[in-house]
Amino acid sequence: MLSMGIFSLPLAQEAAEAAAHAEAAGHFEPFLPGLIVLLPLLGFLVNGVLALVHGRRSADAVRRGEELDLDTGGRPSTHTLPTWVGPGVLLGSFLLVVANFLRMRGVELHEAVVVNYWTWMDTGAFRVEAALQLDQLSMIMMLVVTGVGFLIHVFSVGYMKDDPGYPRYFAYLNLFVFFMLVLVTGASFPVMFVGWEGVGLCSYLLIGFWFGDREKSDAGKKAFIVNRIGDFGFLIALFLIFVQMGTLDFVEVMGRAPDELVYGGALVTAVTLFLLLGAAGKSAQIPLYVWLPDAMAGPTPVSALIHAATMVTAGVYMVARSSVLFALSPVGSVTVAGIGVATALFAATIALAQYDIKKVLAYSTVSQLGYMFLGVGVGAYAAGVFHLMTHAFFKALLFLGSGAVIHSMHHALHHTHSHDDPQDMRNMGGLKKFMPLTAFTMWVATLAIAGIWPFAGFFSKDEIIWYAGAAATGPFASFYTVFWVLALAAAMLTAFYMTRMMVMTFHGSNRTGDEEAKHLHEAPLTMTVPLSVLAFLSVFGGWINVPEAIRNSFLGGFGALPMSEWLHDWLDPVTHTATAIREEALVAGGFLDGEHHYHGYLEHAPFGGGELTWALASTLAALVVVLVAVSVVRRWQIEPAAKAGEPQSGLKKVLYNKWYVDELYDLIIVRPVLRTSRFLWRIVDSVIIDGLVNLSGGLAKFAGFVVSLFQTGSVNTYAFILTVGVLLILWTVGF
Amino acid sequence: MLTQALVLSALLFALGTFGVLVRRNAIIMFLCIELQLNAVNLALVVFSRVAGIDGQVFVFFVMTVAAAEAAVGLAIIISIFRHYETVNVNSFNLLKW
Repeated sequence: MLSMGIFSLPLAQEAAEAAAHAEAAGHFEPFLPGLIVLLPLLGFLVNGVLALVHGRRSADAVRRGEELDLDTGGRPSTHTLPTWVGPGVLLGSFLLVVANFLRMRGVELHEAVVVNYWTWMDTGAFRVEAALQLDQLSMIMMLVVTGVGFLIHVFSVGYMKDDPGYPRYFAYLNLFVFFMLVLVTGASFPVMFVGWEGVGLCSYLLIGFWFGDREKSDAGKKAFIVNRIGDFGFLIALFLIFVQMGTLDFVEVMGRAPDELVYGGALVTAVTLFLLLGAAGKSAQIPLYVWLPDAMAGPTPVSALIHAATMVTAGVYMVARSSVLFALSPVGSVTVAGIGVATALFAATIALAQYDIKKVLAYSTVSQLGYMFLGVGVGAYAAGVFHLMTHAFFKALLFLGSGAVIHSMHHALHHTHSHDDPQDMRNMGGLKKFMPLTAFTMWVATLAIAGIWPFAGFFSKDEIIWYAGAAATGPFASFYTVFWVLALAAAMLTAFYMTRMMVMTFHGSNRTGDEEAKHLHEAPLTMTVPLSVLAFLSVFGGWINVPEAIRNSFLGGFGALPMSEWLHDWLDPVTHTATAIREEALVAGGFLDGEHHYHGYLEHAPFGGGELTWALASTLAALVVVLVAVSVVRRWQIEPAAKAGEPQSGLKKVLYNKWYVDELYDLIIVRPVLRTSRFLWRIVDSVIIDGLVNLSGGLAKFAGFVVSLFQTGSVNTYAFILTVGVLLILWTVGF
Repeated sequence: MLTQALVLSALLFALGTFGVLVRRNAIIMFLCIELQLNAVNLALVVFSRVAGIDGQVFVFFVMTVAAAEAAVGLAIIISIFRHYETVNVNSFNLLKW
């Protein structure tokens, strides 16, 4: 391998250090960490070149007046190579991550391992290393990004096969994974910010992948611009941290923050609120969530990878990474939790009345991201990351499943030249008969997201809600009580709208039309295999973090599981500082008697009942909602979209139009900004600034005209002026 | 003695300047410029009596330059005369804006 040289250098240093501390048994040595990040970049370069070659070829074909047909005479190499390169580099990265994960599991690692490559910036006081940080949190994130990412790449092979932009698609997708890995492994805020912006760029490129469609390219721009607002907050937060602490390295900032920043002080609160603004932009939280539903304009696997499983969780990751700062600011934390639960409930109500299958999933994603924010806001950092992980499994599965449905619908409608919307659930119905595996796997994901035992979502969502209730004894207790109630309500809504989506899509009578129904078919193997793997993960993914109380009960098979709260313990080295700060504050505030540690405090949560009771209640409630939804939705008389039109009245209309938030933003933000811009352009720029420039030019011209009158061509005039000039000079100098 | 000589020099210079400004005949204007140069030469010679020999040396340079200038200047005037058949400077006013 050619690139080995680059990586052997830091490894050699590591090895030397390891030898020096030989007695420190179980030292974690990262295995080719740089290659994990660089492999997707390599894939991007290869696929990018193929995309350029293909672009040149089709341009030549157009010039010759031909049409480039991919299906006759065998596929060109530009359309066969990405099939192997795209998913291949992801598989390579994933295997490397697994190798590193196994190494890390084998040792007791209490501090993050930072691998320095080179100095990126060194300007005296400000020094940033291009460095990767390997710890328990970045390891989990890398596993999710490369693992789920690989499955989605494989799915894309089937989904995008007939698209002329196939190599370009894989180039963007690989580039996205590269930036995402930079984001989750960067050892300092600036390096993280590079990934942060990079994924934003790829998101923009992939949302507007079919840029020939005006609406889709506009959706890309919307995502990009809304994210800029969040990035502004993120940058301000970085400046504040740097001004106060003089460094932006995670290890230094998180290590020194408890000593150098005042608990609950104005500065740390400002930092956390600005960080939250950044996180809200990337993770589509109120008030910056509006871009995510529009982002569904991109290809469906992109929605699964970027807008469900990975990029949108970057905000949650960032809050978990900065957990120490958030723990230091109770106001910051309660704001995170409040925004999260408000978003969870708000988005869930909108999802109730959407007919586009991807829009339902988009709002569902916004809602679930809200749960993650609630988790990290109430101090349950491990629970937030846990939900991030399980959500990546079941939401990727739901999106890929919807992709399979849309794929099939599209082909069926294509055969009859119908112009019906292949994404509108009113045009579907009864698809279970044609796509049994897709229907089955999506039902698994639906039960998982609804929070039904023993699926993954049950354990993660329940833990977040439990912690939210437990937080209702500390500062801002009344707020947290409200959050807890709202979170439960949103969970019930989740169960309802997901079931509604499944029943409308897969059950009841078929509404595609008889001719179309003949062409409906199950997705190819490249698509169903990733679905099956994700379904497996959606069932068992939650078992890695079963709370002790549940594990020992019948819900956990009376202790049959080999581990309890594994993820919680695994992430402890990353979160323990933040947890300790919160605990200390609770003791100091008299909320905790000092003898109970944080866990003890949780066991004495309010509202009575133990963790088991509430878990049992919530899963039963969700199950009831699912069953009720099945029987209710099955009885609906659903008209095909073309016939039904939009809902005309009542709450349904308001929800269908998403509470008119886009219209509201248009009215109070977009249009005033446009008006101001037009004023600045037409008046300030065209009239005032251009006027000043033209005026100075005009003045020079006029002066030139006046002075030119002196040039008479007559020698005597010149001689006279010369003499007068000499006399003037003599007069001023001499006398 | 010194004062009288300087006054004479100043008078000659003023006369030359006056001639350059008021006359229209190019040859006369040219002669007036020579008059100015020689007025300066006189002043230089006078000053060399009190400030050392440098003034007189400088006069030689001025005379050399004046001779060269006379050669070039007369040549220009002759060539203009061949073209216009006059040496009245009022006729030469084409070079202007």
